[in-house]
Amino acid sequence: MASSIRVRATASGENTEVQALIQHPMDSGFIKDAKGELIPAHFITQLKFEHDGKTVFAADWGGGVSKDPYVKFSFKGAKKGDELKISWIDNKGATDTTTAKIQ
Amino acid sequence: MSDIGFSATRRLILQGAGAVALVGLGNLPFGMAPALAAANDKYPEDAFKAKSEADAIKALYGKSPEPSDKVKMDAPEIAENGSVVPISVSTTLADVTSIAFLVSENPVALVATYRIPAGTAPSVANRIKMARTSNVTVVVEAGGKLYSATKEVKVTVGGCGG
Repeated sequence: MASSIRVRATASGENTEVQALIQHPMDSGFIKDAKGELIPAHFITQLKFEHDGKTVFAADWGGGVSKDPYVKFSFKGAKKGDELKISWIDNKGATDTTTAKIQ
Repeated sequence: MSDIGFSATRRLILQGAGAVALVGLGNLPFGMAPALAAANDKYPEDAFKAKSEADAIKALYGKSPEPSDKVKMDAPEIAENGSVVPISVSTTLADVTSIAFLVSENPVALVATYRIPAGTAPSVANRIKMARTSNVTVVVEAGGKLYSATKEVKVTVGGCGG
C-alpha cells in the first residue's frame, strides 16, 4: 500500500532539511457539503519525526492546517543514508508511518 | 526560501494519489494507538478548543507572549485562496522549545504547534487555512519565555477547509 507520507530529507554539512507532504483531507468540522450538512472533523492531530530513536520534530495540529499538509524544518546530527521515521495519527485514530532515507 | 524540491515531491504525490486513498483503514481508538501516544506528547486538546487567540495561548502556555522583532514571520499580504496560506517563521532567539501558529478570526484560533528539540532549527514552514482576513500570530517559546509576531493577511476567498 502506498504511503500517505512523502518526505524529502537532504543532508548538507551537519544540517538536514526535511520537507514532508501528507495526503489527508484535514476536514475542520466547520465546512458544509453541497447538501448543506457539516462535514465531520477529520484531521491529523499529531505528527512526529524521529532520527536515531530521538524525536527531532513534532507537531500538534488542529483542523486549521491545510488539506494535504506540508511542513518544512531542519535539524542537526544526521548524515546521508541515515533513516528518518515519520508517523502521524488523526482524530479518528487512524495512523500511518514511513521511513525515509536521508539523501 | 527554496521550494523547488517540493514541486517535484508534489508530482510524486499526484501520481500516487489513487493508491493513497486506501490509507486510514486501521481505525484504532485514539488512546490505544501506540506510536504517538507517549505521555510527554500529550495533545493539547483544550488549546485546540479555545475560540480566541488569547484563550488558546493561555491554555497552551499559561501565560502571554511579548511582541519581538526577533521573531520573523513570512506570510503573504494577500491570500487569494484562504484554504492554503503558506506561512513560515524563523527566529534568532536562543533555546527555542516550541513554535505555535494562530489565526484570530478562525473558528478555532490555534492552528498548529511544533515542538523544537535541541539540535532542531527554530524555523518552520507550513500551510494553513484562513476563514477570512485576519491577524496571523506566531508564538515562539524560548528559554521559558514567550515571544510573538503578528501580521495581517487579507483573504479574498475564505477557506477554512472548503
